[in-house]
Amino acid sequence: MNATVPRTGRPHVARFAKLRYDGARERHVLLGPETVVVLNPTGADILELCDGHHSVADIVDELGRRYDRVVDDEVTQFLARLAARRWVEIPDATNPDD
Amino acid sequence: MPRTPMTDGPLGVLAELTHACPLACAYCSNPLELTKRSDELSTDDWRRVLDQAAELGVLQCHLSGGEPLLRRDVVDIVAHASGLGMYTNLVTSAIGLSRPRAEALREAGLDHVQVSIQADEAVLSDRLAGISSFDKKIEAARLVKELDWPLTLNVVLHRQNIDRIEAILGWVEELGADRVELANTQYYGWALRNRAGLLPSREQLEHAEVVTRAARDRLRGRTEVIYVIPDYYSQYPKPCMGGWGSRQLVVGPEGDAWPCLAAHELPLPRANVNEHDLAWIWRSSPLFSAFRGTDWMPDPCASCERREVDLGGCRCQAFQLTGDMHRTDPVCVLSPDRHLVDEAVAAANSGPDSGAPASPGPAREPVLVPVPALVSRPHRAD
Repeated sequence: MNATVPRTGRPHVARFAKLRYDGARERHVLLGPETVVVLNPTGADILELCDGHHSVADIVDELGRRYDRVVDDEVTQFLARLAARRWVEIPDATNPDD
Repeated sequence: MPRTPMTDGPLGVLAELTHACPLACAYCSNPLELTKRSDELSTDDWRRVLDQAAELGVLQCHLSGGEPLLRRDVVDIVAHASGLGMYTNLVTSAIGLSRPRAEALREAGLDHVQVSIQADEAVLSDRLAGISSFDKKIEAARLVKELDWPLTLNVVLHRQNIDRIEAILGWVEELGADRVELANTQYYGWALRNRAGLLPSREQLEHAEVVTRAARDRLRGRTEVIYVIPDYYSQYPKPCMGGWGSRQLVVGPEGDAWPCLAAHELPLPRANVNEHDLAWIWRSSPLFSAFRGTDWMPDPCASCERREVDLGGCRCQAFQLTGDMHRTDPVCVLSPDRHLVDEAVAAANSGPDSGAPASPGPAREPVLVPVPALVSRPHRAD
């Protein structure tokens, strides 16, 4: 599964999806045509860094700094799950226009 | 990644802007009695409803009907919902989606477009829709992609188009749709009246499922393929709307709010957005409280270990088939009323061509009751 999450890839939220903060639920939510994903704080932090500029390795470093622990698997598994459902796209850095 | 909302508010609102539609499909979800255009909510009414919905926690706004593009203010309504941060989704026949209109909707923040497709080619499609429309739909679907919108194609499946599913999926691929919903007809209202002409045979369904599985593999990573089986062929009922008054609410053209699209047929007190605010309707109205949770359930549901899985099934189906909205959904094999479903399934699987039900007159195709369509005129014209 991690083959779909190359450390050099620069993930971004899929163009059909919308990431926003929902005041009513006090959580970030990821919105799609028929689905709402209510995110926990870690998930929200990861997705906010999915801007097409940060690489997976950058996100792992940044999250590790924020939470002061190793988050490698947590980040890649989260991204792999979302990528499998096409919420997140992870073009490889070697092919940035992919 | 918890997915349970932190509040009890609904996630989505289905705004049925009008019952008017240029099409006249035999499975139309409109009620048998249509709301006149002159009785529709005004633009300001919709803005107020959307404000109240956002406050309740609604995150998605599905604009539907009838044909929502027949409302001249659909762009204003989209802009308002979008301004509230909602994910906005237009569910359309695509008739009336001209380039200027589409660009205005894009500008207003519309997030997603769902276009209905009746068949794979014009002759059958136009017969099913009751109007020449297939070429316009294809053209509009291309426009949606050209404007870089995500595109969903909605296909209602039934015995007259389900054998074309492979060619329909060919269009899905050619148009580059991001999603396709292949949904077998659900038998309420008009579709129930036309059930004999719509319910597919078992053989037809098995073919469709094989084709769909292959397409899902072929299109993986490009198109999400959603297939909804007809519940008449299931053992257990669907957990309708994820539970009564649990996740979604519907607001009709005249302002009546409902827990689901078909609930207007049930003998329950109305709740209208012109008389109450949405928070009261959602939280306290007798209508939305009627079947929340599991306390209302009769046996066999009350003592069933699946009661939290399928939530008693569909109240509208129970009412339409048995006349009692409190009964277990007759689709369930444990229901004492299952024979009502079995009889319809048997009829769909007997007869000369592996299932055409005996029809009056010489026609091989079962006769469909014509669905009335409100003429699309401005509000005052009625």
